[in-house]
Amino acid sequence: MKIDHTVPMEYSTEENKMKILGFWIFLGAEIALFSTLFAVYFTLQSNTKVGPSATDLFHLSPVMIETILLLTSSFTIGLGIHAMRLGLKKPMMTFFGITLLLGAGFLGVEVYEFVTYISEGATIQTSGFLSALFTLLGTHGLHVTFGLLWGGAIVAQVAKRGFTPETSNKAFIFSLYWHFLDVVWIFIFSFVYLKGLMG
Amino acid sequence: MKWDEFFVTGEPMIYAAMVSIVVVSLAIPIALTYFKKWNWLWTNWLTTVDHKKIGVMYILAALLMLFRGGVDALLMRAQTAVPDNGLLDGQHYNEIFTTHGVIMILFMAMPFIIGLMNVVIPLQIGARDVAFPRLNAVSFWLFFAGAMLFNISFVIGGSPDAGWSAYFPLASIEFSPTVGNNYYAIALQIAGIGTLLTGINFLVTILKMRAPGMTLMKMPMFTWSVLITNVIIVFAFPVLTVALALMTLDRQFGTQFFAMQSGGMDMLWANLFWVWGHPEVYIVVLPAFGIYSEIIATFARKNLYGYKSMVVSMVAISLLSFVVWAHHFYTMGHGVMVNSVFSITTMAIAVPTGVKIFNWLFTLRKGKISFTTPMLYSLAFIPIFTIGGVTGVMLAMASADYQYHNTMFLVAHFHYVLIPGTVFAVIAGFHFWFPKVFGFRLNEKLGKLAFWFIIVSFNVTFFPLFILGLNGMTRRMYTYSASTGYGALNMLSMVGAVGLAIGFIILVYNIYWSVRYSPRDTNGDPWDGRSLEWSTHSPVPEYNFAVIPQVNRLDAYWFAKKEGKPLADTVYEPIHMPNNSGLPVIMGALFFFWGFFMVFSWWIPAILSFAVIIALMAYRSFEKDHGHYISVEEIERTENAYRGEQHEN
Repeated sequence: MKIDHTVPMEYSTEENKMKILGFWIFLGAEIALFSTLFAVYFTLQSNTKVGPSATDLFHLSPVMIETILLLTSSFTIGLGIHAMRLGLKKPMMTFFGITLLLGAGFLGVEVYEFVTYISEGATIQTSGFLSALFTLLGTHGLHVTFGLLWGGAIVAQVAKRGFTPETSNKAFIFSLYWHFLDVVWIFIFSFVYLKGLMG
Repeated sequence: MKWDEFFVTGEPMIYAAMVSIVVVSLAIPIALTYFKKWNWLWTNWLTTVDHKKIGVMYILAALLMLFRGGVDALLMRAQTAVPDNGLLDGQHYNEIFTTHGVIMILFMAMPFIIGLMNVVIPLQIGARDVAFPRLNAVSFWLFFAGAMLFNISFVIGGSPDAGWSAYFPLASIEFSPTVGNNYYAIALQIAGIGTLLTGINFLVTILKMRAPGMTLMKMPMFTWSVLITNVIIVFAFPVLTVALALMTLDRQFGTQFFAMQSGGMDMLWANLFWVWGHPEVYIVVLPAFGIYSEIIATFARKNLYGYKSMVVSMVAISLLSFVVWAHHFYTMGHGVMVNSVFSITTMAIAVPTGVKIFNWLFTLRKGKISFTTPMLYSLAFIPIFTIGGVTGVMLAMASADYQYHNTMFLVAHFHYVLIPGTVFAVIAGFHFWFPKVFGFRLNEKLGKLAFWFIIVSFNVTFFPLFILGLNGMTRRMYTYSASTGYGALNMLSMVGAVGLAIGFIILVYNIYWSVRYSPRDTNGDPWDGRSLEWSTHSPVPEYNFAVIPQVNRLDAYWFAKKEGKPLADTVYEPIHMPNNSGLPVIMGALFFFWGFFMVFSWWIPAILSFAVIIALMAYRSFEKDHGHYISVEEIERTENAYRGEQHEN
């Protein structure tokens, strides 16, 4: 395997470059996926029927906490990748660990939110609006959950094997995924929550 | 789920199908054990990551599905051949036209195209495999799991019966209470994920692994068509993923996406389905255009006319394919403005398509045409597809469509585009590239016999449907009274369908005949080809090219032959190849079981099998697999063996 030392390690082999390009294309597909879910949500958002509307349901504070947690995690994973490029194993693992903890925190608040909605009688079965809302948020939440498992596996591999073209490639691709989830959340925050709160 | 509903009962044909399924599924393992072929099957096929073998498996599966879908078609034609026929009841007829549509599009046309992509693309760009060989195997096994899951619906639980487009509210749990549409949602989901992965894989392959010197505008036209197709796949299939997930949620988890009474919207399904569905039509037709471009240029002995305009028109088609979806439901009342816009975008597609038709005609002009089997299919395609295209423009006119909508005229139209556009293309491609994979050509005499059967019978089958449609016969109608006067033309169509079946049987017999008797090729270039796949040996060695060729122009291999200069020197270096892996096939099996449990809402086994899937992914993540090297000595041995064979002949 030819290793090119003039570029960061995650790009250093042909295979690595292809994996990064492939993942960017995958993110393109993910954009199409979330766009479709947003389109479904916008189509059904006013169809509340007997159930509560967005204005009835949403509260700013938990959503604000979720936003801060997830945005911070995007910053810390950036620091993790920076540390990786400097070849600092321990700081990289620490930043990745913080990222995953923040992600878990986000997920905790989201679960709390869901429980609150359900206790207020707003379930995924209540109305077209709520079906679309839970599905959009749930799909994002499942992505974060999967990210926690995936990120955990990568931290374990870096701990065991150190920085190799393979592990650094995996860590970098994971960071792309994590940033992407942040971008999706920004759209959810703006066009689902803020728009819903404004009524 | 009541246990007495688990197996479909009460129909003699279903019992016959059950018996044959049991017999086949017993016969395969018994035969494998008797001939001691388990090990061979596992190491050479089930665990392979070789793009050529994966391509062959795709095409084998597609041929199987062609016959399954074909039997559906024959049953439909038989049922409607005479008025007031009692061969099938309404429910059975509904199931059959649904499975016919789904199988032919998703489990026949798609895998056949993807199979040809797999076999040809790495060879055509001078690469040794695809970008992600193991992912490629995963794609195949996911497709296969989806296809098998869909097929068992026939005997276990009941087939989907709401049409291949599965419109709501008909497809909802209220109006389709059997598990049939659960099968539809889950099986297509599994196969669809496989297709998405294929899309990503081939985009990276084509963008990153071309031979040195092959810039984008020096790529063969089939490679171009596949590149554009995969862009469509990547952006269209996620929409299907969402649509099917919402269908599953509505049917099995009580959500309200498509139910009007609780704030859902049934037309939302139609929109989502066709936002994927219309690009899907171009996913199966664009590679076909690529195949025809290769074949017509090869057998007219000329370079392809209008290369750049071919590329531009394919890009235009791919963009337009995303903005025409509403023409599938003009009559559902979304107003004059919307209908007009979609009318215009739809008609606009005729322009780039017309450009391509003229490019093929100009390629043929003054060419030294040799009428081989693949060329015959390509030549027949042009006029027949044009009839399909022109009737498409008729249907595109929103106001006129109120007359044609959901009649047999539409059925005739899409068979006139999809069969010459896709089926003839994959058959032509199959004959064209068959010697590359197996080292001998299919018999030309049998090939031409099958061609004439298929081409004549196709028109006999489907042309009457245009007239029936204009006379007012609607599609999906399981019977009609004699007073309608539809009987004669339907009988004619039935005769054509039998002819088509005979044609396809001859085609398959040709494979058997050629395996036994066809003379073996010696130089790897039986058609005097133009692109890189013909520059290596047939059958292609594991590593494709002993030395990666250097390319300086379009059709570089053709010009290298003319000028007598080889494309690559013969200094060998060790070749890095990926290792085989059993994980993809195990993954496919797990997805099959997961899907089966999901269909019947057996949550605990479904969750367990999903957990195993996640665990396998984790195992894969921790696995160390750096592939292996083929040594210079081994390459020399292989290359000499190929040359030696030539001397013997």
